[in-house]
Amino acid sequence: MPVYNETVLDHFAHPRNVGEIPGADGVGEEGNPVCGDYMTFYISVKDGRLDRVRYKTFGCAAAIAVSSMTSVLAEGKTLDEAMQITRESVAEALGGLPKAKLTCSNLGADALHKAVLDYRRKAGLPN
Amino acid sequence: MMDRVYLDYASTTPVDPQVMQAMAPYFSGNFGNPSAIHGFGREARNEVEEARRTVADAIGSLPEEIIFTSGGTESDNTALKGVAMAHRKKGGHIITTAIEHHAVIESCCTLKKMGFEVTFLPVDGFGMVDPGAVKKAITPRTVLISVMHANNEVGTIQPVAEIGAVAREAGIPFHTDAVQTVGHIPVDVNDLNVDLLSCSAHKLYGPKGTGFLFIRKGTRLAPFVEGGRQEEGRRAGTENVPGIVGLAAALKLAAEDLAAESGREAGLRSRLVSGIIDEIPGSTLNGHPVKRLPGNANISMESAEGESLLLGLDSEGVCVSTGSACSAGSGRPSHVLEAMGIPLLLAQCSLRFSLGRWTTAAEIDAVLEILPRVVKRLRAISPLKVASLQEVA
Repeated sequence: MPVYNETVLDHFAHPRNVGEIPGADGVGEEGNPVCGDYMTFYISVKDGRLDRVRYKTFGCAAAIAVSSMTSVLAEGKTLDEAMQITRESVAEALGGLPKAKLTCSNLGADALHKAVLDYRRKAGLPN
Repeated sequence: MMDRVYLDYASTTPVDPQVMQAMAPYFSGNFGNPSAIHGFGREARNEVEEARRTVADAIGSLPEEIIFTSGGTESDNTALKGVAMAHRKKGGHIITTAIEHHAVIESCCTLKKMGFEVTFLPVDGFGMVDPGAVKKAITPRTVLISVMHANNEVGTIQPVAEIGAVAREAGIPFHTDAVQTVGHIPVDVNDLNVDLLSCSAHKLYGPKGTGFLFIRKGTRLAPFVEGGRQEEGRRAGTENVPGIVGLAAALKLAAEDLAAESGREAGLRSRLVSGIIDEIPGSTLNGHPVKRLPGNANISMESAEGESLLLGLDSEGVCVSTGSACSAGSGRPSHVLEAMGIPLLLAQCSLRFSLGRWTTAAEIDAVLEILPRVVKRLRAISPLKVASLQEVA
């Protein structure tokens, strides 16, 4: 069992921005069936920026904290800025993740990118 | 310790105050090395041999059939590797099960790398091994059979006596890992038909770092820990005298009210299990409904992941465990639940509650108040749907 830092535990216990957006502008799903983490990200876009970022996540404490931090980092960002959020930057913002969790539960950025791509596709924008 | 609720006794137990008291004189007063022939040494030797008699009495063996070890893991390693190495000339086949403790599984994997052949027998949906399957797996090259007495994750008590009869008929040494059972349910090496039996003190209110291995007279075994001539050359290293005294005291204490205590724990366990099943839709009990350790409840709660459940409970002061989290980065859930055929996604949503000597009804009720809340919170943020909830709707 990994030992988490206070920031991770805080985001696990009090996940920010959790929820869904009915009629979201973009939706992205990511999952790791081997590890068993599943997350769905919802975004609404206003004036080229991520106005709201919401998500639902099933998984370990790391998966929930990663989702929460991803949403915090992404909200208010432009589409391009959101695409530059990476697994590494999410882990760094959380003050680090246990080694075993760096890959298997760190899917927030991937799900967010899928939501952005979904929005761009629907809006007829280039990727 | 009661401001927090500890339901992880299968992981480790607190040392009973009476056990601590028994151990206390052997740290600095009677500190002698039992191998020394002077007065300090002789006093320590007497205590170790007295403890050996107590252990032997507790499990129905002879004192000379007991060696003291550093715990369950060393006992398992010694039994598996010791017997395998001693019988190398006869052949190289070992029979064990898919649900053993890692101490047995990893020992078998090492032996496999050394050229031994290992059969990991499957279990049924309750986590039960079939003695008939053991019989079928025996070949002329089989040198050892190892089946745990009770499983540490789901608590299923195996038909060890029947398997032991099969082994005896075939003339094959039979080992059981009894780490979860000694001090909790009756364990007698003759009733169980075993030739080797592993035990750990810290699972029965004794100290960590101490255990024993029963080796029936006539069982050939190569030493695993080599060095001095302690334990008749079967386990080198200066004896852990306070630990050994503590182990004996813990066994004695457990034997005093074994039946009453296991009945009390089983009663509290039932209260916990029925409370959870009633209160939390989509929850199921893993393991055997009857043939299980009195203090064990392993429960899956759909769509609420195990590690998140554990940490959610921990933040409210309830300490439980999960064998199913993808903890080591292996990305695999519990090998026990997997062997029982429980779907991956459900296996991942499992918690083990293990009750013990100081568990109270008030603590169980506290868990029944806290757990539904934690599950509800996790389900609310999960993208997965609870199938049984939809059925209700």
